[in-house]
Formats: sequence, C-alpha cells, structure tokens
Amino acid sequence: MAGLNTKTISELSDLLEQGKCTSVQIVNDVLAAIDAHDGKIGAYLTIDRAAALAQAEAADKARAAGKKGALLGIPLAIKDLLNVKGQPCTCSSKIIEGYVAPYDATAIAKLREAGAVFLGRVNMDEFAMGSSTESSAFKKTRNPWNTDHVPGGSSGGSAASVAADEAIAALGSDTGGSIRQPAAFCGCVGLKPTYGMISRYGLTAFASSLDQIGPITKTVRDAAILLTAMAGKDPMDSTTVDLPVPDYSKDLTDDHSLKGMQLGLPKEYFVEGMDPEVETAVRNAIEHCKKLGAKIVDISLPHSKYAIAVYYIIATAEASANLARFDGIRYGLRKDGADPIELYGKTRAAGFGPEVKRRIILGTYVLSSGYYDAYYLRAQKVRTLIHNDFRAASAHCDAILAPVTPTPAYKIGEKTSDPLKMYLDDILTTPVNLAGICGLSVPCGFSKAGLPIGLQILGDSFMEPSILKVGHAYEQTTEWHRQKPKF
Amino acid sequence: MKYEACIGLETHVMQKTRTKMFCGCKHEYGAEPNTNVCPVCLGYPGALPVLNARAIELCCKAGLLLGCEINPHSKWDRKNYFYPDMSKNYQITQADRPLCLGGKIVTEVNGELKTFTLERIHQEENAAKNTHAASGSLIDYNRAGTALMEIVSTPCMHSADDAFAYIQALKLIMEYGGISDCDLEKGHMRSDVNVSVRPVGQEKLGAKVEIKNMNSPSFIVEAIKYEIARQIELIENGGKVVQETRGYDSDRGETFSQRTKEDAHDYRYFPEPDLLPVEISAAQIAQWKSELPELPVQRRERYVKELGLPDYDAKVLTAEKHISDFFDAACHKTKQYKLVSNYMMGKVASLATEKSISVDESQLTPETLAQVADLVGGGTISSSAANELIEILFAEGGDPKAVVEAKCMAQVNDDSALEKWAEEAIAGNAKAVADYKAGNPASINSLMGYVMKQSKGKANPPTVIAMLKKKLDA
Repeated sequence: MAGLNTKTISELSDLLEQGKCTSVQIVNDVLAAIDAHDGKIGAYLTIDRAAALAQAEAADKARAAGKKGALLGIPLAIKDLLNVKGQPCTCSSKIIEGYVAPYDATAIAKLREAGAVFLGRVNMDEFAMGSSTESSAFKKTRNPWNTDHVPGGSSGGSAASVAADEAIAALGSDTGGSIRQPAAFCGCVGLKPTYGMISRYGLTAFASSLDQIGPITKTVRDAAILLTAMAGKDPMDSTTVDLPVPDYSKDLTDDHSLKGMQLGLPKEYFVEGMDPEVETAVRNAIEHCKKLGAKIVDISLPHSKYAIAVYYIIATAEASANLARFDGIRYGLRKDGADPIELYGKTRAAGFGPEVKRRIILGTYVLSSGYYDAYYLRAQKVRTLIHNDFRAASAHCDAILAPVTPTPAYKIGEKTSDPLKMYLDDILTTPVNLAGICGLSVPCGFSKAGLPIGLQILGDSFMEPSILKVGHAYEQTTEWHRQKPKF
Repeated sequence: MKYEACIGLETHVMQKTRTKMFCGCKHEYGAEPNTNVCPVCLGYPGALPVLNARAIELCCKAGLLLGCEINPHSKWDRKNYFYPDMSKNYQITQADRPLCLGGKIVTEVNGELKTFTLERIHQEENAAKNTHAASGSLIDYNRAGTALMEIVSTPCMHSADDAFAYIQALKLIMEYGGISDCDLEKGHMRSDVNVSVRPVGQEKLGAKVEIKNMNSPSFIVEAIKYEIARQIELIENGGKVVQETRGYDSDRGETFSQRTKEDAHDYRYFPEPDLLPVEISAAQIAQWKSELPELPVQRRERYVKELGLPDYDAKVLTAEKHISDFFDAACHKTKQYKLVSNYMMGKVASLATEKSISVDESQLTPETLAQVADLVGGGTISSSAANELIEILFAEGGDPKAVVEAKCMAQVNDDSALEKWAEEAIAGNAKAVADYKAGNPASINSLMGYVMKQSKGKANPPTVIAMLKKKLDA
C-alpha cells in the first residue's frame, strides 16, 4: 500500500489494527516522502532513520503480541525544543548545537510508552522566538503550499512536516500562538491545550507561565488522540493540574450537530488591517457553524488589545531568566574568556541570534530595578484583566470563534526587517496564552493565491471537549482539511 | 562623641534533608564530585524544579522554634545573576513572601539576658562548590540545589559579643531542633554580617557595610571589632562610611573592600513561574508545633527542676547537644543524676579533650556511665576508682562490674584494714598530726591522702575520715 504517509493517525491505527499495514511500512513511506520533498520544504533538522525503524519494528512486534493503542507504531515529528533521550535538541540555536538530550521530556516518555515512533527533529524559530521560523540558526523552512512563503512559527517545521506528509503528526509548543499560527499558515490542525494540562518537563523553556506543548495534526480527531496520550499530572512539573484525563477523541462522533451550543464572537478580534480574504473565510465558517445548529452570540474581550504589549513584557522577562542557563559552562557552545563574565559574554554573543538577543535584552530591561513596577507588575495586572474577560465571556458561551492570524502566510523575508510588524501577527493568539485557556486552529479556507486560512476556536480552561467538538463538527462537514499542497 | 554599632546577621543554615531542595538527588557530604546530580540541579534545558516537602517542614519548624509566624501564603522568586556555581544562573529563593516572619532569640550575653529580634526566614537553594586550581576552576554540583534557609536578624546587636552570643544560641537551637547539624567545617552555617555605626542618640542607621560569607564565629567577632573601630575612626577623621560589601582577611585580621553600592548587583527578582505558591494550613502548623523537640533552655529548666542539678551544671551540660543527649540517655538508667553530671563535666570532658574525640566516638556508653554512677552511689567503688574506671571504659569499653572485679577496684570497707592504714598515716606524718592538733582541721586531708595512696584509692573515704578524727581527737 503506497502513500501511507498521507493518512491520519486514526486511519493508520485502523489499518494497523486490521493488519493491513505495518508500522515499518508507514515509517518507510514517511522517510521516502522526506527524501523526496524535504530538500524543498526544509522541515527537518535531523532525521533519526535507524531509531525510527527500530521503534517501528518494536511496535509491530508489540502489536503482534497483543498490544493495542491508537499511537502504537505512528511516526511523529518533534519540535527541536523537546528533549528526546539520545537525540540532539538544539532549539534551532547555535548555543546548544551538539547537545544531546540525556532524558525524555514527560510528554515524550508518555508517547514512547504508547508506542509512538520518533522520526527526528523539526525546525523552529530559535528558542521558539518568532512567528515565521526564519529565526532558526540552521535553515529556512518553506510553506508547502507555496515555497516562497513562510510556514509560520515558531513551530514552523512541525506544521510544514505535517502539511507535506513528511510526518503523520507533529508536536509543537505554543507560547503566544506558536502552534495555532503555523497550523493556520500550513492548513493543519493545531491545538494549544489549557496551561497545566501537559507537563512542560523536558520542554526547553521560553516563557514558563505561557508555554504549552501541543499537537499539530491533519484532523481534530488526531489532535484529540495526542492530547489524551500526553495530558495529566506530572510529579516533575508542579504546574500540571491533577484532573482525570478522559479519552478526548471518544466524543468526536459522526453526529456533527452543534445544536444547543452557544458560540461567542468577540467584536475586537476582527481587527483593522485584517486581510479581507481572511475575514471572509472566518465569517463563512461562522455561518457554517450556525447551519450546524450553533447559536452565535456577540461578546466583548475589551482587554485583548493590550495582549501584545503584555505578552512581550512577560514572555521576555521569563525568557531572560530561562535562557540564562545557556552560558558555556556545562553544555553547548563555549567561547573562552579571561574570567567567567567574559566567557559568558563571548559565548552568548556568538551563540544567540538577533531575535533571541533582542528579547533577552527587553526582558532584562523590564525586570530591572526601577522598571519592574512600571512594566512587569503592571503587565501581570493587565494579564489578570485579560483572563477575567475570557471568564466573563465563557459564562454565556461554550466556545469562542475568531481568526487565527490577520493575514495568510507572508513571503519569506517580508517581515524580518521589522520585528514589531511581525509581533503584531500574534495579536489574535497571545490572549489565549496569557489567560491560560485552550485554543484550536482548524483550516477554514484558502486565499486566492492558494494559501490556507485558519479558524480559531477558543475555550475556557479545561474546555478542550467543547472546542474539539466544534472543530471536529466544522472540519468533518467541510472539505478544507482534505486539500493537499502540490509542491 | 560616643558611637553605637548596629549589627545584623543574615545566616545561611543548610538543612538536614535527605534529598535536594528541588529534585530527588541525594544530599550527601563528601561524595565523589558530580555524582549526585540530575537534569534539574544541573540546570539542563527543560528541567523543572519540584519542592522538597521535608525542607519546607524543617524551615517552618525552625521558624516555630524561633517564635516566628508561619506565613500561610508564601511564594517563590527568581534571583538572577551569572556565576559558574549557579547552574541556572538564577537562584530560586523567596523575596517578598518568605515562609517565616518575625521571631526572636533570647540569650545571655556576659551574664545579661538579651532579646535579639528576627525579621524573617526564607527558603532557598544552595549553589555548587567552586574549587579554583592553577589549571582552572573545578565545579562540584553535588551541593547545587541543596536546601538552605536564610535567617535574617534585625540590626539589633550592638557589639561583637552580642553577635557571638546570637550565633551560638542560633546554632544550638538548630542542632536541638534537628534542623541542621550546623557543622561549620562542612559549611552548614555561614553568615553575612552587616555593620553600621551611628552617634549615640541618633535614630537613623549609619551607612551599612556587609561582610560576606563567614563560617567561623571567632572570625565574625574579630571582623565586627575591626569594622566598628574602622568606621568610628573614619567618621572621627571627617570621613564618610560608604555602603559596600567587604571581605574579611583572617590572616591580617582586617576587612577589605570588595564591591561598592555603585557596582552592586541588580538581581531582577520576579515570581518563579515554575512553582506554585506555598499554602500552609493552620492544622499543618499545629501539627508541626506538636512535633517540636525540647530546646536547650527547656532542657536546662528540666535538669534543675526534675533532676535537681545546680543551674551551673545544667548550663554546662546543655551547651552542646551531643553532650546533653548523652547525659539524658545516662539519666534514663540511673537516679544518680548529680554523679553523672559530675563525671560528664569532669572526667569525661577531660578525656574527650585529651584524646580529641567526642564522647559519642568513645567506647563509653550512657549505660556504662550510669552503671559507674550506681557503683559509686552504692558504695561499691570510691570516687577516685570511678575516675579510673571511666578512663578504662572510655578507651576500651566493657562491663563496668567486670572491670571492677578484674582490676580489684572495689572499695575496702573492712574496718581492720582501714584501721591499719589510719594508724600508719598517723605514725608516719608527725607534722600533719601536729598541725591538726594545733587547730588546723584541714591538715587531716594529707593524712587521708596518705591512706588513699596506700590503699590504691580503695579505702572508703568517709569511714577513714571518721577513724582518723576519732584517733586524733582521743
């Protein structure tokens, strides 16, 4: 059977269950696709062929011995920010080039336990800082729908690998939209779970209070399968929540009715300067949801307009501390100096790229004595207001609908000279991280130029079942997710 | 002009936990370098801290022993600075909401009872250990992330003696409380000392000088004395004390400037996003309170009230926890409390000094010491034989009764033998006899001494004295 790489997790697990294919065949098809296309796409930083095939063989043996599971033998691409024991984890930065992870992130350990296969490491913005994957120190990743365009970021490699069928699904991380935005740009499904749902242990930290691991997949069901496998309390991460983990894919039935559901439409999220094609696609999606039986209610999220400012204060403050460990002492790059301070200075000057440096400096500044109250403390207060907005809105709606990005994927190099302009791309995604709630991106159309457009479905904390239900119903009654790029 | 010094101490105390503050690595002194390490304490990418509940308990118990209030809502902060011994280049500590607030230490300084007030106790993690060699610097991360409390006093001390008494009292409380072993050699207790000087009568504190990282109480005393004199002299000569950090050179007995306020660190504290705030319930605090051990002051009272010891004995015995523990254990096996006290303060103490080992490391046990006291109390052996016996037991151990038998140390109570020695003493010491008869009763002691010598310490002293008196007075 050819083209196994084009299938979804749920399709493949059925085929595997029925004995119609093997995991080794799936992995071989995926590796063939990587060989055929990744020269153009550039999603992967490293491919671990031998290990992937060995894991696939082990999965086939386990299945023959009676082991079951939706992820048993399914090959995944992993964002280069997550520690996978024995594999490099560069975070697309020169500063830890050569570092090999000595342990598995908890999310990885859970997937390993479920029998998933780890294909290799996919490209990203350096330390997850960026919205286009152009800040990677190693390579450019291209959007499979149009290779002149960016795949989005920071999980650009993850989204591109899934869109190009170079992986069945991928893991990304979302600090301010880094799963939902590249998923939207690449026509994939991206899920940013509620803060605390998935352990961050082993996820190289960018901004600890905002980071969350999540799946980038071809369908909502696949996202639900991966969420189910990774969620849960972890003794290694104090911020994980101790709640029972349901099977999130179980309620995604063939009944696609949204009757009885109230969906909120935030007036502030159709921002000025939004690409009309994006607005039209999202408004059509809203109409579609109405047809499925949902009631649309107008809501207001008045403090979301401060989200970008608040985000760039809190995220950079935390990043300035989180990235301090990359100092040339224990691992990664070292440039010698006459004393430790010179060693740090030279190492960090040589190891970090411009975007990372910009954010470290910004974060250091906003925490400096005399500025803390004016910036960091104030940002935390506004963050609470943003959260309260969502709380209030959620009191009278089951989910919120919005665009993911103001525009479809832009051209490579188009915004790199103006970082502020690029920061504004995150305007519709960052409030979700600041509030700690969950958000889903599903394909809802294409621009005339053939670039995908995403619909964002937001839910209050732990309302994943709601947003997955809406996303699944929308997706299964539309054709957008079935489109494949021709590259 | 008369000046007054104001001194405050920030004392770091390493807690007695089995594992580190934020990970499960063993906390163990003297292990092979970099063997008790993991991604968390090495600050590897993706590693996250998790609280050690035992450290929190010990910190709160220390607070309760020092009369602090336990903060029901404390939180964690990051203190940012670059140094090779900090694996994350920030330290997880507590800035504005520490675990314990207030508190005090009441202790005697030169016979006067003084109260020293505390500001707070917060919990943090220790740094790694740097060793600087000619070939380069070596870092041992075994110590990185071990549990460390910082006990901050107010500037309530006014002399080096105050500071010395404060540290000694604090050390004792930590030891008795089972919070820390307070082994100075192993760096379990280190203090930063803040010294300022102001004219007597002035309320505002003078410019503060901080002397960093001292582990020896005697060096702290020397440094404080030097610093007070230096600051007064500076002011007297028209100079101005600048706020700065100074080090102490123990060879020269001087402090020296390390860093002025202008190049002070900006630590950029902010709330630690990887850890949740700590919530402590009233029930938990009550539980911990009920588990608090006896403090030296309470033990002293008990020794006086229940064991009938003089206050002096009680004070000496409680000055070191292991001595007091040994004494307590012996007193569980005998009622001869005063005799045990005498031996602990006398023979046992001098043997320990002589052999440079502590009583716990000797072959003497609380049980055997109790037996020695019973043998003396029951009249089986004399006091001087007891000293000899203790010496043997201290060095070799063994069953006291068996030793007494084997070495024929039992006291001689046989009247005829005693009579013979008494007569010999009178016959052979004409001068003492004459002195006694001339009205100097103390000279009977030299006759007594003669008898003890002749009997090899076995003669029963009260009987001999009575006999001598009877013969001389006849």
